[in-house]
Amino acid sequence: MTQLALVIDLNVCVGCHACVTSCKEWNTSGWAGPLTDQRPYDADPTGVFFNRVQTYEAGVFPNTETYHFPKSCLHCEDPPCVPVCPTGASYKREDNGVVLVDYDKCIGCKYCSWACPYGVREFDEQQKVMKKCTLCIDRITDMSLPESERKPACVLACPTRARIYGDIHDPDSDVSVAIREQGGYPLQPEWGTKPSNHYLPRRKTRIQIHEDELVRVDNPLKKEALPTLPEAGETLDDVAW
Amino acid sequence: MHPAFSVIFLTTLIGVGQGLFLALYTGQLYALANLLPAQSSNFYAVGSMVSLVLLFAGLIASFFHLGHPERAWRAATQWRTSWLSREVLALPAAMGLIFLYGTVHFFDLTKPLFVISGTLPVDFSLIIGGLGTLAVFGLFLCTAMIYASLRFIKAWYSPLTVANFLFLGIGSGFMLAAAFSAYQGTSLVSFYGTWAVIATLFGLLTRVATLYRNSQFRCKVDLKSAVGVHHSQLEQKAQGFMGGSFNTREFFHGRSQGLLNLIRYAFLLMVFVVPVILILLAYALESETLPLLAFGIQYLGLILERYHFFTEAQHPQNLYYQSMA
Repeated sequence: MTQLALVIDLNVCVGCHACVTSCKEWNTSGWAGPLTDQRPYDADPTGVFFNRVQTYEAGVFPNTETYHFPKSCLHCEDPPCVPVCPTGASYKREDNGVVLVDYDKCIGCKYCSWACPYGVREFDEQQKVMKKCTLCIDRITDMSLPESERKPACVLACPTRARIYGDIHDPDSDVSVAIREQGGYPLQPEWGTKPSNHYLPRRKTRIQIHEDELVRVDNPLKKEALPTLPEAGETLDDVAW
Repeated sequence: MHPAFSVIFLTTLIGVGQGLFLALYTGQLYALANLLPAQSSNFYAVGSMVSLVLLFAGLIASFFHLGHPERAWRAATQWRTSWLSREVLALPAAMGLIFLYGTVHFFDLTKPLFVISGTLPVDFSLIIGGLGTLAVFGLFLCTAMIYASLRFIKAWYSPLTVANFLFLGIGSGFMLAAAFSAYQGTSLVSFYGTWAVIATLFGLLTRVATLYRNSQFRCKVDLKSAVGVHHSQLEQKAQGFMGGSFNTREFFHGRSQGLLNLIRYAFLLMVFVVPVILILLAYALESETLPLLAFGIQYLGLILERYHFFTEAQHPQNLYYQSMA
């Protein structure tokens, strides 16, 4: 079984919102569109987005750290939003595990959004149906595209490659390796919804280095500094053979 | 959660309608056992019609909740998994049976079909009423389970939710039955009034238990688990937008704690205290209008109760929308 998903690296996300705008651009003009806006150029603008980037701060000033946190549908392996749908408009694709909404069947009762603990479904006030991230289903399944472009718009847009896309059930895929080797974690695991999207935590890359390690004691080729003769004069050890 | 008035009216109106039907059928069973004087078929027919009108009004109210009411028929398809879909089936089933029950009484089709043990004459109304009772209890269960099955919303995820819907529906329905029989001048006012008080007091028990439960618990998840950053000082700085979204509209009631306290005291008074006192007064004074007043006040109280029910629910998605710097 294939379960397509995103792995989002919080270590490199800089919060530029390129994934947000590229998602909106692709999906508002494609199969899932339009993603309607209300009062876009007015006071209190609002509208449908599949992807949002939030910002959190950990710690107390000045020892703080900023986390940019992209938030979209996690395509749970056990999605709580699907069984509650009274019409069957919400479904999980058998072949690749993507959770989708059939806009022609949705009656707009919003019950699925109540059943999602992550708040990633958004109701379209103009089309009166529930919308959500499709993982760019029209793009990833489009065989006319070259394979390098058969990826969600947000993944292609990310300038820091913070978004990795692939099949988390394939142990050798990029996403599986990233989850396994870099401590990938799901959101709110307490509920048992088994989110497919994972997040990679902040990682510190520090090495332990001591002062004396910065100066080479043993320097046979005399590469780093001019050799200084010790007080006692040259010894056999100082001679380069 | 943001209280949806369509759903508030749906649940309260069908609750009263279902309770009224149960009251009519209970009255018929008591009359059958010669514990109460038998009523005219008109009493049952008009009573069923009132119940049907309430259920229909609830159904109409529910359509205002939908973005695409013209596709509502599709909601009957997923009854295997969705309590909402089950409600969509149970509501017309109950309405149909109540309609048949009223029709059978209206046309006096109440000749016994057969007699059990020489004492219990069974007619159409008894059978249809029995099926209707099953449908009504099924509908109570479906309506309540829509909320009680959402395991993320802990304020609702409890058998108490089912008990509240059941007792408050039955209480208000019997209250209306008392008012209806007072209006019709029948002798059933004290019978219905007594059962209305009993159901209302059971409702008081479960509703106060719910309020107590909801004042005690803490959400299973916190911001650390929601974002996955396990730092003791974690604070939201931006929500990803500045003008609000579906997430900030649908899941927040936006009312002050003071107003909610006021609503809570108001509904506790209007649903439980005042109607019980009024119905006792009506019994003492043999008043014909006080039961109607008792029902009216209780129904208004139920609207406040349902409003409060929505505001009690804390959705875990709200963790992501705590602050905006």
